Amino acid sequence: MFSPLNTKIGLFLAIRQIRRSSKWTTSLIIFVMILTFLNLVVVSGVLVGLIQGAVDGRRAYYTSDVIISSLNNKSYIENSPNVISILKSLPQVENVSARYMQSATIEANYKTKTNANDKPNIAGTNIAGIDPIAEDKITGISKFMVEGSFLEPGDYDQIVLGAFLDKKYLPIDNPGFSALNNVFPGTKVRITVNGIQHEVTVKGILKSKVDETSMRAFMVDTQFRNMIGRNDYNVSEIVAKLKPGADPIVVRDLLIESGVDKVAKVQTYADAEPKFIKDMIDTFALLGNLLSSIGLVVASITIFIVIFINAITRRKFIGILKGIGISGEAIEISYIFQSIFYAFTGSIVGLLVVYIVLEPALRAHPIDFPFSDGIMVAPLAGTLLRMGLLIVATLIAGYIPARMIVRKNTLDSILGRK
Amino acid sequence: MIEVKNLTKSFINGDKETQVLKGIDLKVGEGEFIAIMGRSGAGKSTLLYQMSLLDVPTSGEIIIDGHDAHDMSSAEITLFRLSKLGYVFQDYALIPELTALENVALPLLMQDIPKHKAYKKAMDALDRVKMEKHYHQLPSQLSGGEQQRVSISRSVAHNPKILFADEPTANLDNESSRIILDIFLKLHREGQTIIMVTHEEEYGKMAQKIIKIDDGKIIGVVNA
Repeated sequence: MFSPLNTKIGLFLAIRQIRRSSKWTTSLIIFVMILTFLNLVVVSGVLVGLIQGAVDGRRAYYTSDVIISSLNNKSYIENSPNVISILKSLPQVENVSARYMQSATIEANYKTKTNANDKPNIAGTNIAGIDPIAEDKITGISKFMVEGSFLEPGDYDQIVLGAFLDKKYLPIDNPGFSALNNVFPGTKVRITVNGIQHEVTVKGILKSKVDETSMRAFMVDTQFRNMIGRNDYNVSEIVAKLKPGADPIVVRDLLIESGVDKVAKVQTYADAEPKFIKDMIDTFALLGNLLSSIGLVVASITIFIVIFINAITRRKFIGILKGIGISGEAIEISYIFQSIFYAFTGSIVGLLVVYIVLEPALRAHPIDFPFSDGIMVAPLAGTLLRMGLLIVATLIAGYIPARMIVRKNTLDSILGRK
Repeated sequence: MIEVKNLTKSFINGDKETQVLKGIDLKVGEGEFIAIMGRSGAGKSTLLYQMSLLDVPTSGEIIIDGHDAHDMSSAEITLFRLSKLGYVFQDYALIPELTALENVALPLLMQDIPKHKAYKKAMDALDRVKMEKHYHQLPSQLSGGEQQRVSISRSVAHNPKILFADEPTANLDNESSRIILDIFLKLHREGQTIIMVTHEEEYGKMAQKIIKIDDGKIIGVVNA
């Protein structure tokens, strides 16, 4: 059917029809195809990017590339200094930060309480004792300060609160989670750790899109270590930032080979992703594919209408072509080539828009979603697959109306009879 | 060359059947120039469409160049039209996106003639109708007479056995019509079989033979 001769004549006709048809019409059809392509790629890309932003945020601001944490039945990593030494000896590792973690309560406004029966202004949290410089090198935590300033080495009796510990940043009233009222930089708060109370001053409040960070409080490690009696220097979390290009899996496996897994959980950032995030990635990918499928159907219908109208208005000429002996297949192929041209051109321009404009722009200026800095995820393989699907769908959608018109009686077409 | 036996053609419109051709018998020999004439609605164009295999008769036989049209498949008819027949339509019927040269070359390319040979033949055909200065013009850039000359070039470029022309001068002024008829006469002198439908007495008389048709029947054959 699609013999080389028919294909040659189909191409001959298609090239001339495209070249000599109205530039505006051609541009409009290509514009529609660009939008369709963007609909296929961008909608799902942003949906997945929304979650990817959260994943990237956790990696950048919380877990870093590799995280070593205490075993489930321990509150600290045994022999932490040795683990840190092993970690620092690996050539792939760029920076390391260790965190002392301990659950605590923080109470504010206790001095102004007039009645002992008044509900205390109290919040439960985990306090992280950190080396401010090492932590900032890895997670850039200081840039999340929304009030006051971040910790500095040597700070004593100073605490930085995560925003979720302050009611003004957490307006919802969650029965299982209490937050503090009226706390500001300079407010004195009373922390209770291991049953021992300390009065400290709020140095600042930080707000991150990573919940684990916003739900914590931070103190300088040297003081906090003494407060919790961790004079053995055993910490609860160690995070490592790797050098560019280093593979977290390789580092994880090296640590496991060194026996670190006997005293701690050794995870890459991906291993440490909560299950709900993994589920959300799958869900949003599914949703994205669903929306893409709808986009594909819309694209098919669009091109069907375009080609159908084109073929209907050119019915007389299709009849003449058949009348002078041009095969119906060659005419059908000419419409297939036109459809492919529209889809291919639209997809190529769409590809350029995605990879030269949208993807870099969203990476540089992420969409400010409440729980993530949304980027656009558009892996080239997936994008090319969508492009292929669009072209195939367009090809079919272009072929069907062309075939419908070509099948009409030749003389009826020439004379414009119904 | 072409023999028509008891040809009928009816059109059905709703419940109503209209018989346009009512048992036509006709023979056209090789190299003849025939004019089919008659008043409007007499059935002359319908007869031409049946004879030129553009339409399928209701009944009757058409033997063309030794082939019974009834025995030919749709694909065979298309191929036959491509290689053996030439058409000139009233409204020129050129493809608007193709230049004059491309319009003429297209049926040749469809016959799998190499591109350079097809274009050479197309140029020769255009030269024969004095269109050598208009190779690369689109139909929209040509006058009616020029378009019809391109149409004639297209119809004869592949040396068809029979040239069919349906009211070729109907849309043209007198001067252009004259030029077109002169081309037909020249083709006829070169041995081309031509069957032309016209309602204009003056041009009909230029043919070798006039077949007069009325109400779907041949009412007379006149040697011009």
